[in-house]
Amino acid sequence: MHPAASVIFFTTASGAGYGLLFLLGLAGAFGLVPADLALGLVGFTLALGLVTAGLLASTFHLGRPERAWRALSQWRSSWLSREGVAAVVTYAPAGLYALGWVFLGEAGGAWGVLGVLAGIGAVATVICTGMIYASLPTIRQWRQPLTVPGYLLIGLYTGALWMALLTAAFGGAAGVFLWLAVLAGIGTAAVKLAYWQAIDAGPAAATAGTATGLGHLGRVRLLDAPTTSQNYVMREMGYRIARKHASRLRSIAAILGVAVPLLLLFLAAALDGGAATVPLFLAALCGSAGAVVERWLFFAEATHVVTTYYGAEAA
Amino acid sequence: MTSLPEPVAGAKKLGLVIDLDTCVGCHACAVNCKEWNAGGHSAPLTDWNAYSGTEATDGGDDAGAWGVWFNRVHTFEAGEGAEGRTVHFPRSCLHCETPACVSVCPTGASYKREEDGIVLVNADLCIGCKLCSWACPYGAREYDHADGVMKKCTLCIDRIYNENLEEIDRVPACVSTCPAGARHYGDLGDPTSKVSLLVAERGGYDLMPEMGYRPTNKYLPPRPAKTACGSTGAPSRLEQLAAEAADAVPGGAPPAKAGGKLLAWVDAVLSR
Repeated sequence: MHPAASVIFFTTASGAGYGLLFLLGLAGAFGLVPADLALGLVGFTLALGLVTAGLLASTFHLGRPERAWRALSQWRSSWLSREGVAAVVTYAPAGLYALGWVFLGEAGGAWGVLGVLAGIGAVATVICTGMIYASLPTIRQWRQPLTVPGYLLIGLYTGALWMALLTAAFGGAAGVFLWLAVLAGIGTAAVKLAYWQAIDAGPAAATAGTATGLGHLGRVRLLDAPTTSQNYVMREMGYRIARKHASRLRSIAAILGVAVPLLLLFLAAALDGGAATVPLFLAALCGSAGAVVERWLFFAEATHVVTTYYGAEAA
Repeated sequence: MTSLPEPVAGAKKLGLVIDLDTCVGCHACAVNCKEWNAGGHSAPLTDWNAYSGTEATDGGDDAGAWGVWFNRVHTFEAGEGAEGRTVHFPRSCLHCETPACVSVCPTGASYKREEDGIVLVNADLCIGCKLCSWACPYGAREYDHADGVMKKCTLCIDRIYNENLEEIDRVPACVSTCPAGARHYGDLGDPTSKVSLLVAERGGYDLMPEMGYRPTNKYLPPRPAKTACGSTGAPSRLEQLAAEAADAVPGGAPPAKAGGKLLAWVDAVLSR
């Protein structure tokens, strides 16, 4: 699948934003962090900023962005529509909770209910994002049981990295979020390694033989394509990454996204509050960059069954 | 509404039956499809860089000539050696019974008609998110950059119900133009219709059945290859000649049979 920059930015930015929103909501509601003005201001600006920037970016790849509101209508059947509805609905408790935190200094008690609701909305939205991909039978690398857990864990992990930095800088139970980030990082690595193993081993979803129904005659190969140059289907669905490049990028994603941030997190754990912010900031940057590489690979490694009509033996 | 209509037994299912045995790969169906639809319900079907070379010579993402087509003809080889076949393979929307391209649509622009099963896009609602093209295993949906919306085969809905056309012309453009008679249009929901009988007789099949989309359109397989002398349907007289040629002694006289003498005389007269 063609890795569109807008969709990669959208899913990684909103993933981190919803992860951070989830942690702010629960941490405030359960008193892990005080309703500190600076933490609230920077935290919610970052969380809602990432989410909003992501949602706006996702409209860039639309042919008719001015009609984007129509995407809220088909939640009965469409995961994309459900994602839109969940995203919009989550703004209400998240926005109110942020206002209460920043202007009234309230995060627990009755306000905490809003925080929990915002957290639930964040999780629901990321599940919907993952399901958009996991529900497509045409792309076997996406229709995997680990697709949705991958989206959730990477959102939680990148959110926790930013939350660890914010709590170290502005106060709160920084240690909790630092170790949460470590655990989420290990979980992300485990899930992604298992996912890569699954897609490497998985059987093809279709072959040129089943696509044409000519398999009983023997090996089916394309003799003449319908067009001399690349058409829409080939450009959108025909992107293929060389195996060599994919394995190199997997290593980059694992090292940049998890190994380096984990080392930086351990370093931060050994340092005092103020000094810890430097490695925590670097960890958040590396983890987020690694998430972008992972997401790019998620698209680039995905093969669509329609390619079997364009010369692929299987997909 | 992108929820699918409840399947009703015996309901009308308009679609195509494509005969891979007789298709000659002339692309006339694809060209007439483009011609009709560039002026019909889905107009315009935009082309880009229509007079350019290839993406290799032009460079860049958008390079090369490309455009929206609803019908494309692939040519495959299947099998090896004498058993190998060259099969021309027209591919267009199959108007599936459970089309995920419809159920993934977030806006309600994609829909499947209850009355005849045709899958359509309402271009006034489409936001051009392209998710339907990801959901389609058959590559039936294409994006029109100029309109910013997705477009697809309409089964020529603006022909088949068009009372301004003569009855004989109320078939999809691809069917009306096929010079080989390889494309058949009709109601596949009616087991007694001509197309349903054809599918039953010739063993018509679904493309990529493992996807579970339950296509309405069916493909008829190439007939078994005819490689034996007697199976070509040639006059039986030729078999006798073949037998005589096999019996003939190299360099000797032809066998003394009446038919053989007559043919030898004809051959001598014609060779003068």
